[in-house]
Amino acid sequence: MDYALMQRVFPFFLEAAWITIVLSVLTAILGLTCAMLGTAARLSRFRMLRFIGATYVSVFRGTPALIQLFILYFGGPQIGIQLDAFEAGVIGLGVNVGAYMTETMRGAIISVDKGQGEAARTLGMSKWQAMRNVILPQAMRLMIRPLGVNLNTLIKSTALVAAISVVELTYTAQRYIGSTYKPFEMFLIAGLLYMIIIYVVGLAVTWADRKARLN
Amino acid sequence: MGLDFSVIPKYLDIVLLGALWTIAITLGAAIVSFFGGILLAVIALYAHPVVRWPFRAFSFLFLGTPLLLQLFLIYFGLVQIGIDVPAFVAGVIGLGLHFAVYNSELFQTSILAVDKGQIEAARTLGLSRMQALRKVVVPQAVRDVIPPIGNNMIALLKDSALVSVIGVSELTLSAQRAIGSTYRPFEFYVLVAAIYYIINLGMEAVLRRVERRIQASK
Repeated sequence: MDYALMQRVFPFFLEAAWITIVLSVLTAILGLTCAMLGTAARLSRFRMLRFIGATYVSVFRGTPALIQLFILYFGGPQIGIQLDAFEAGVIGLGVNVGAYMTETMRGAIISVDKGQGEAARTLGMSKWQAMRNVILPQAMRLMIRPLGVNLNTLIKSTALVAAISVVELTYTAQRYIGSTYKPFEMFLIAGLLYMIIIYVVGLAVTWADRKARLN
Repeated sequence: MGLDFSVIPKYLDIVLLGALWTIAITLGAAIVSFFGGILLAVIALYAHPVVRWPFRAFSFLFLGTPLLLQLFLIYFGLVQIGIDVPAFVAGVIGLGLHFAVYNSELFQTSILAVDKGQIEAARTLGLSRMQALRKVVVPQAVRDVIPPIGNNMIALLKDSALVSVIGVSELTLSAQRAIGSTYRPFEFYVLVAAIYYIINLGMEAVLRRVERRIQASK
């Protein structure tokens, strides 16, 4: 193991890790937004909206995220969408992870006991009131953990944007493997940084989950 | 530059050949990940600590890092230690190991869930510990996790697109070749997405049938 080399390149990996973090945060925000819209569509009483929601989930979960990124980044200009690699990365990954999160959210909402909604309706609440005041608060508690799993996957899938040359952790590791021929050392640095990011996010999820359960 | 899907037929055979390679890689890696997953699970649960801990560390590292990074490690790492394997083999090993670790997590839970009395009964009948594991525990454990393992294999199909980055000429890379000579990325990537989608639907249909059969056999 070449520790001197590892020490020398470490600052560059640290900078790249920051890009990975920014990318993950932006993607998570976009993903959650897409998932809320997706869930609303899938649970809507309009058939058209339900169909759109189901198609969104099926298509984006049924094709590789890498190809979705390529369509957006390389194919986008042909249909008038000009994005730089970072923007394409955030939008492509965000919409992709949103499809997975849609299933998580929908799963949590439909697993809240049906009687709860019916009881709320009997008490004179409108459908929307029952959803907001009775079902959603319970569903929120159920979805924190599985959404945490989605987040974990998301952080690892930000590596895909290396393929459209966003200079994040995996791209940096790849570049240094190419120039130093030390694959194991570079893997170790990048891998440890990923694991630190994932660990911290995991702690935050556990904390949020415990807090939600106490209420 | 608008869209022109009429360029596709000329390159369709290249793309479809790529699709065959994608299926081959998915199958190869699925087999590696299935048996590798069982092996890793048994090691993680029953092996001597000297063996167990390095394997646990390896699993931990593979669970916490992106597949793309692991592919770079395996591809360039093998070359560095003097093993020059074809990209296809590196891709199968990389994908297979990555998903073996995920499958191993599932197998571990289901192995532990097999009733302890089963092992005791097998031991009483004169089977050795290894035999009891192999003939009694593992078969039951495997049946219980077929659905989530199947989901992992569907995920594997989609992640097989990543091996294009280390130069395996599967579906994604063959599309890139066609794009190289036509400059029509949108058309070809949409075509490729459609092909992945179809294979994906096929796998989902098979998985649902298998799930029903397991349900029926219980």
